[in-house]
Amino acid sequence: MQRSNVLYALIALGLILVFDFFFTPGFFTLEIKNGHLFGSLVDIVFRASPVMIMAVGMTLVIATKGIDISVGSVAAIAGALAAVLAAKAGAPLWLVVSAPLVLALVFGAWNGIMVALFGIQPIVATLILMVCGRGIAELITDGKVQTFTNPGLEFVGNGFFSGVPFFITVVLLVVLVTWLATRRTALGLFIESVGINARASTVTGLPTKLVTFSVYLATGLCAGLAGLFYSSEIKASDPSNAGLFTELDAILAVVIGGTSMDGGRFFLGGTLVGALVMQSLTTTILTFGVPVEGTLVLKAGVVFAICFLQSKEFRQGLFQLFVRTRKAS
Amino acid sequence: MKESTPFLLDAQRVSKTFPGVRALVGVDFSLRKGEVHALMGENGAGKSTLIKTLTGVYRREEGEILLDGISIDFKAPYEAPEAGISTVYQEVNLIPTLTVAENLFLGRQPMTLGRIDWRKLNRRAKEALGRLDLDLDVSLPLSAYSIAIQQMVAIARAVDIEAKVLVLDEPTSSLDVKESARLFDIMRRLKEQGLGIVFVTHFLDQVYEVSDRITVLRNGSLVGVWNAADLPRVELVSKMMGKELRALEGTTRGPGAGEADKEGLLRTKGLGRKGAIHPLNLELKAGEILGLAGLLGSGRTETAETIYGIAQADEGCVEIDGVNRVLKSPRDSLKLGFGYCPEDRKVSGVIDELSVRENIVLALQAKQGVLRRLGRKAQLEIADRFIKSLGIATPSAEQKVKHLSGGNQQKVILARWLAAHPRLLILDEPTRGIDVGARTEIQRTILKLAEEGMSILFISAELSEVVRCCNRVAVLRDRHKIGELHGADITESALMATIAQG
Repeated sequence: MQRSNVLYALIALGLILVFDFFFTPGFFTLEIKNGHLFGSLVDIVFRASPVMIMAVGMTLVIATKGIDISVGSVAAIAGALAAVLAAKAGAPLWLVVSAPLVLALVFGAWNGIMVALFGIQPIVATLILMVCGRGIAELITDGKVQTFTNPGLEFVGNGFFSGVPFFITVVLLVVLVTWLATRRTALGLFIESVGINARASTVTGLPTKLVTFSVYLATGLCAGLAGLFYSSEIKASDPSNAGLFTELDAILAVVIGGTSMDGGRFFLGGTLVGALVMQSLTTTILTFGVPVEGTLVLKAGVVFAICFLQSKEFRQGLFQLFVRTRKAS
Repeated sequence: MKESTPFLLDAQRVSKTFPGVRALVGVDFSLRKGEVHALMGENGAGKSTLIKTLTGVYRREEGEILLDGISIDFKAPYEAPEAGISTVYQEVNLIPTLTVAENLFLGRQPMTLGRIDWRKLNRRAKEALGRLDLDLDVSLPLSAYSIAIQQMVAIARAVDIEAKVLVLDEPTSSLDVKESARLFDIMRRLKEQGLGIVFVTHFLDQVYEVSDRITVLRNGSLVGVWNAADLPRVELVSKMMGKELRALEGTTRGPGAGEADKEGLLRTKGLGRKGAIHPLNLELKAGEILGLAGLLGSGRTETAETIYGIAQADEGCVEIDGVNRVLKSPRDSLKLGFGYCPEDRKVSGVIDELSVRENIVLALQAKQGVLRRLGRKAQLEIADRFIKSLGIATPSAEQKVKHLSGGNQQKVILARWLAAHPRLLILDEPTRGIDVGARTEIQRTILKLAEEGMSILFISAELSEVVRCCNRVAVLRDRHKIGELHGADITESALMATIAQG
């Protein structure tokens, strides 16, 4: 039944693309310029990529019946640190890239300890970091927008790898690693088991706390990667705006993709489709020149419709209405 | 005489199908005024489905249900009590943090000028309980009372809604003997007041104690209806199982089989936990079945949980293979080769959204560690083997466990532990809420495992079961170990005498 929720997300994505096919000229045009692939489709995947990465981590957290609303802030922190390091002449690239990721892991571990060890409710535990995270990012950059020139870091958000934007390959790599780590080991089963019934999982001898801890570690790392992207793309750090509200986009992507907020079964593929739905929607709305004030409302409306489609009760009601009107006529 | 009474509730040829399962096939069920009618059957016989069809949880697909001669077809569960059919489920569906009075009148509080009239509420609550001969402080939170009292409050609530029919779904499974007796008094009282009572239970004694008629279901079909007085107990069991009673025999354990020569596996040394168990010494040898007997609340489960490391001991220790150890978590115990089938399978046992296959391999997988994943093929092979050997009724290994009946869920948990090959298996009420056939099957499995060398700590409220299975029995009372019985000394009367005197 949940698997079919992935199907509804795919249908939604399909409908949006069909709409674009008819109403947006040149939407499906792909062209190669300077050996790079260009076009609206590539742009959608590229734009969606930071949220996709965060949503992959979020999928695992939500599968354990948790939530991590600090990912946007952690991304800002990681981005800030990357920018500050990159601005310093002579900082080696490996440090510029790895230090922010390590810091993001530390914050992920922080969340994980609070949730797994101290039993603090996930939304409360991660709320703390969500609120203070941007403050930490400001402290790192000394409260200003830190610009930099660093070809290595710039490549992350602007470079191309075998014809497509480099960061898309990073997304693919993250998805592949996550899939291997959860489905080729027993981690996926353990995550689902803990999310459905943590007490029974503990009694059965599963390392419940370790599993819970590890998913927050994963979201931390994912948020760190997204943070590198945000700074790299604009060649500057923007502590108060980088990744703002992206935690909500990530959560929505997970839910649209068919993973339930009640924990349990998770669908990585669904999450990716969910993130693409969100982005193609945004892109479509922007192409149509809907005034900025209207975009959020329109976006909410479509998400609303998808959530309704996923509700079994709603579908049954709709079906009955359909049968009744047919009988009447 | 009574035969002429018109039926209060009359269900005719009721059918209900679930995906892949015909849960009810043209079942008839009738209930008279002032009658206790027992509904009996094995797991998956269709008892719950029939009850849920009568009370509006499910809608029937075929057939007719008449209440006082009028056809009823509830679209939602709340319509049933409005029409006069109230249900009290096995698990108390009340709110523990609210007071007794609030629980009794939740959703229909007496109002004065748009406010709740607390005085009237408490007075009416007293009256409602008085009708059941209960005298409680209605202003205390419900959680201040035992499960038994909570259940009676639930019944008081159910009958206060001008009920004509009261459905009791395994109301006694968490009650001890005294509490059950009290419940039966209440049932008789309600019966005299003209209520019709549908009574579902697995305890045969209880059926004969209060029931007037017995309806037996098997595999979703009606086997028959009898006056309780005309149906000998042996007959009832064989009707439920659909086979001759022979199968029940041959499960007696040779008392004290080869006890002396086996080595000790586990010894608790003054193991205790404040507020749960007083320090106690237990010893368990390889291939031995040690019983823990005692009344409800005597500390049986607490002892098991402390040994297994679910709860931390604050005194003493456990000696395993001659080494003193403190088990800090179930995970430690699992690695030492222990297993634990908990008492409340819903809360601590099944992972209900996962499949039968995943539930069965879970402990083995946890033992192997996260990195050495069992392949899908190996998982299926293990699951199918246990589905077959334990007779788990499921359309396939991929079925979600939540769609299985209670007894089959219990078998899934047992399978989970058998798959992990523990040296010591702790079974806390492994047959509770399970029908006679499956119960014998599980008992036989336990005996066979012990013969193969597994040590078993066996907890059961049913003395006959303890007598049948155990080599030794430790008797608990009020969280103290008060005695131990060996081999041929283990009889029901000896156990009862020990529990009573200490």
